[in-house]
Amino acid sequence: MRVGVKLLLVAVAVMAAGVVIGFYVSNLTTLAGSPTYSVPVHNVDGHKVVNLELQTVAAVGPKLSPNPDWVSYLIKDQSGQWKRETVWDLPAHATVHVTIYNFDGASGLRNPYLARPQGMVGNRIMVDGKPTDAIDPNDASHTFAVPALGLILAIPGVADDAKNPCGYAPCAMSNAHRTIKFTFHTTTPGHFRWQCFVPCAAGWVYGFGGPMQTIGYMDGFLNVKA
Amino acid sequence: MSETAVAGPRTPWWRRPIGFNLLTGIVLGIAGWYVGWFGAHAISAESLEYFGDTDYNELSVYLAYLGGVIGFLVGLGFLNYPIARLRGYPPSLREKETHGWTRYFGLCTDHKVVGIQYLWGIGLFFFIGGLNAMLIRTEQLSPHSQSFPMGTYLTLVGMHGTMMMGMMTSGILGPFANYFVPIMIGARRMAFPRIEALTFWILMAAGGVLTTTIFFGGFPTGWTGYAPLQTQANPGMDNYILFFALVGVSMTLLGLNMIATILTMRAPGLTWTRLPIFVWGVLSTAVLMVLAAPVLIAVLAMGALDRTAQTSFFNAAAGGSNYLYQNLFWVFGHPEVYILALPGFAIVLELLPVFSRKPLWGYRLAVAGLLGVSLLSWFVWQHHLFVSGINGDLRPFYMLSTELISIPTGFTFLCGMMTLWRGRIRYSVPMLFCLAWFFNFLIGGLSGVFLSDVPSDVTTHGSFFSMAHFHYTIMGGLVFTFFAAIYYWVPKMTGWELHEGLAKIHFWTMFIFFNSTFAPLLAAGFLGQSRRAPVYTGNLKFLNDWVSISAYLLGISMLIFLFNLVWSLAFVKKPAEANPWASRSIEFQLPSPVPVHNFDRIPVFSSDPYGYGEGPAPSYVVPAGAPAGRD
Amino acid sequence: MAGQPSAASPPAESTSHGLRVVLAWLILSAVATPLVAIYVGPLIPPGNASTQATEQVFDNTWMLAVITPVICFLVVFFAYALLSFRAAPGGVVDGPPLRNDSRVQVLWMIATGLIVLFLAGFGTYELLQNGAGGGQGPDPIAVPSGQKLQVQVIGQQWQFTYRYPSLGGLESNQLVLPAHTYIELNVTSLDAVHSFWAYELGVKADANPGVNNVAYVQTKDPTTFHVRCAELCGLWHPYMFNNGRVVDTSQFQKWATQQEHLYASIKPFMDKSESDGGAPYSKTYFPQPDRRAG
Repeated sequence: MRVGVKLLLVAVAVMAAGVVIGFYVSNLTTLAGSPTYSVPVHNVDGHKVVNLELQTVAAVGPKLSPNPDWVSYLIKDQSGQWKRETVWDLPAHATVHVTIYNFDGASGLRNPYLARPQGMVGNRIMVDGKPTDAIDPNDASHTFAVPALGLILAIPGVADDAKNPCGYAPCAMSNAHRTIKFTFHTTTPGHFRWQCFVPCAAGWVYGFGGPMQTIGYMDGFLNVKA
Repeated sequence: MSETAVAGPRTPWWRRPIGFNLLTGIVLGIAGWYVGWFGAHAISAESLEYFGDTDYNELSVYLAYLGGVIGFLVGLGFLNYPIARLRGYPPSLREKETHGWTRYFGLCTDHKVVGIQYLWGIGLFFFIGGLNAMLIRTEQLSPHSQSFPMGTYLTLVGMHGTMMMGMMTSGILGPFANYFVPIMIGARRMAFPRIEALTFWILMAAGGVLTTTIFFGGFPTGWTGYAPLQTQANPGMDNYILFFALVGVSMTLLGLNMIATILTMRAPGLTWTRLPIFVWGVLSTAVLMVLAAPVLIAVLAMGALDRTAQTSFFNAAAGGSNYLYQNLFWVFGHPEVYILALPGFAIVLELLPVFSRKPLWGYRLAVAGLLGVSLLSWFVWQHHLFVSGINGDLRPFYMLSTELISIPTGFTFLCGMMTLWRGRIRYSVPMLFCLAWFFNFLIGGLSGVFLSDVPSDVTTHGSFFSMAHFHYTIMGGLVFTFFAAIYYWVPKMTGWELHEGLAKIHFWTMFIFFNSTFAPLLAAGFLGQSRRAPVYTGNLKFLNDWVSISAYLLGISMLIFLFNLVWSLAFVKKPAEANPWASRSIEFQLPSPVPVHNFDRIPVFSSDPYGYGEGPAPSYVVPAGAPAGRD
Repeated sequence: MAGQPSAASPPAESTSHGLRVVLAWLILSAVATPLVAIYVGPLIPPGNASTQATEQVFDNTWMLAVITPVICFLVVFFAYALLSFRAAPGGVVDGPPLRNDSRVQVLWMIATGLIVLFLAGFGTYELLQNGAGGGQGPDPIAVPSGQKLQVQVIGQQWQFTYRYPSLGGLESNQLVLPAHTYIELNVTSLDAVHSFWAYELGVKADANPGVNNVAYVQTKDPTTFHVRCAELCGLWHPYMFNNGRVVDTSQFQKWATQQEHLYASIKPFMDKSESDGGAPYSKTYFPQPDRRAG
């Protein structure tokens, strides 16, 4: 084989390898991740205030995910659309008002202690308008927890015989749901991961596979920025 | 001989690829994959969505890949001979051994071809594993997760470790033992040539299984695949399980073949005390392979059953135990790391006499060291479990046994050092890699002494100290000797020289950056950095950045090697002398590359190949009138 | 010496090579070993925050001191051999056909054997005192005498929580320990295998589902320490940390009271039996649900 032909082959091989590696790396950086959502910041009397509106659904549906039967958190953006994004940018030293609409049924907590709300203002949450300082662990459907901030709360589930349960997300307020509200403060900047503690995933043993271990469903980050 | 269309000058170019070869293998492999996938769906009647199966049709992943592997092997032609024999054709041992460059892309029974196939195949997966390592170090540049989503990072860590452990166990036995053991014992072939080819292609199929794990969500367990986490993981876990099971099969067969060859096919005069030390090393490794790999296959089968059939071998809530997994895994896992290390010892002891111009000092002690490590490796596995809650009575015993294994390892050091003593040392590139082995393995071994001491292990278990220890012993031990063997033997295997200047640059950059990468990690471990975690305390950021940059430079040194390989073997093509190192070993008395039938006549051995300084007589003789030798 | 071409060497020359190496080694070891033991040893982590941590530092210092002469020997040997025994430039010349010397073999075997046995014995001695901070399983054999405060560490995906049976089974997500107290840590898991690693305290014990893994630690002065998970347990394993505090006894009482307040609302649910979804204090737990309902 002539030298020129060999050089060409080597060049082609190197470029092909480069392309394959490029695809591989760029795919990996986005696989099983989530886009970031910057929560809009309001200024109230010189304090930064942020409103988070979330919903938890029993089945995310084919439009929002390649895994239609997975449970998930969704966040409402400024235009009123529900997005499946679990990495949120929040400001530091701010007050965060959180509202969670839960459309999913209860499946029970593995560690009932985590049904005691803590880390938010007053160490209590509002469930359907009533203040509560402990949920029945058997009633827990999901949790929202930011362990590094000491924030833990359990979200009670929709009754099994409720009328008009939600099918695929996004769920509407007309579907049966529970409303949870609480407020917490962000302090120093940093990356704080959050997760659910109820084994609400599909899959055998411990129910912690699938959406429980995938960012973009029941896990995410709070990027607290200065 | 061959049942396929023989390519001749009249065969049109488009007809040549038709036949049983790699291309057919890939086509049938893909077909087999789909047969398995749809077959499993039909059995368990789940939906046909490819990646949307939320209830994880594990069975479909297993059957798909099994179908793929079987299709691949059928396409390569492994069923041809059994079917021919069933149909009454006479036995034959040779297939496609003289068919030109295409014989490297299919089933070939020439052990030399299999050796070269192994070199390139393992090299390919070594580079893929290395790429994963570069990505891991990129993530470690920052004390919190930034480049890759967490789940992907864990898959990268798992893929890197699993790929390396699965592929490099055959790293020296595959290429170099397959090529040179028959030559060193004066035989023309291995005992089971087709099984030899099979071990290679199973390993390649396994590599394909592992690299596609990302399409099924990857796996979060790291290379050890610990049990309860393994049971709840995504379908990508099944790729890991199948990969290691296939590697286990390949290892068992490779070891069997080596043992049978060494035991039964030695030429006349080659007594056990005249055997080259490399062959002793291969033998002690092969015994470990044959005994340890089946345990791996068993524990993986249990894991697969837990995941698919909902058995509860490892589920404590249903009466099982995660300790069962950990113990079974490490009963395999510890001999496994000696399977990785022993060939390194063997290469060093084989090469040192050549480059010191002295006989191997303490031959019997060296053999005792190799066999001693092999034996003792079965009695130490619980040192991976010191703080996992095993019975306290066990810990002093395993501390002692682990410390004791450093004694036979020390024999290798002694024999190597005394071979150097008063020699006439030439610093050729293979020798440089062997000398680096001493440096690296010393650090690796001494860090192992710390780890084997339980009070010290309490802090360092599961930290980067443990990770740096095994990288020093495995990468510093095995991979350096892998390159020593390449530079030593590739001129013989291919007939072309490798450029010495580039080789020296490769050596020095690799040695310096390897140490610069892993020595700080010994410190990082002691300073509290946990393994498999891209999150660490801020005071360790400088250390991690230093390590990551060193790792990138280490990767570049590998590219220098790759460049040398391609440049020297494809472009420069300077013919190599038959015996560039003035070695007395038999393979260097043959032409380069070694002809198909190895020897014109089977040699008769009269001494070991280490007679430097003892006169000019060779260690073997080809008597005139000796029989040409049976195939 | 270095770089000189040599023919067959008379025995006298070999003795002088060996003597030189031994002498150089003795001097280097005599200098290096005390320096390492005195100055490097105390710098070894994990430090002095607990009795067990101090024991580990002591153990590591001894091992380092024993290993230093070994390293010195190898350094001296290789430096000498690689410099003195270089081949002369020119053609390839063979060296002397030395195949064996049983005195060297015996000496080596005895020396390595003694070092290894000493290290194993020393480590065993350290270990059997009180477990050196490592998890010993449900039936520990190295049990320190005296009163011990029981603290349970529960690992779950992906957070550690802690229960204090002496405070009525109170569970908390903070680890607070009283100073100058012997603590018996009972480590267990609810799901996958985790590992409780309190770095500055020198404690590591794997958390296995259904198993109680006991480790002992004696705290010293008030301090903070890092707790992290040391066994890969899934997605958030790297983030599975919380930091603990050692505080003096009065502060510990204050903290306990505050936690009891917080715990009071969930206590009625916790005290129910396991089949009712509660979790009364126990050395091991087999929590439900085992898989997702529906």
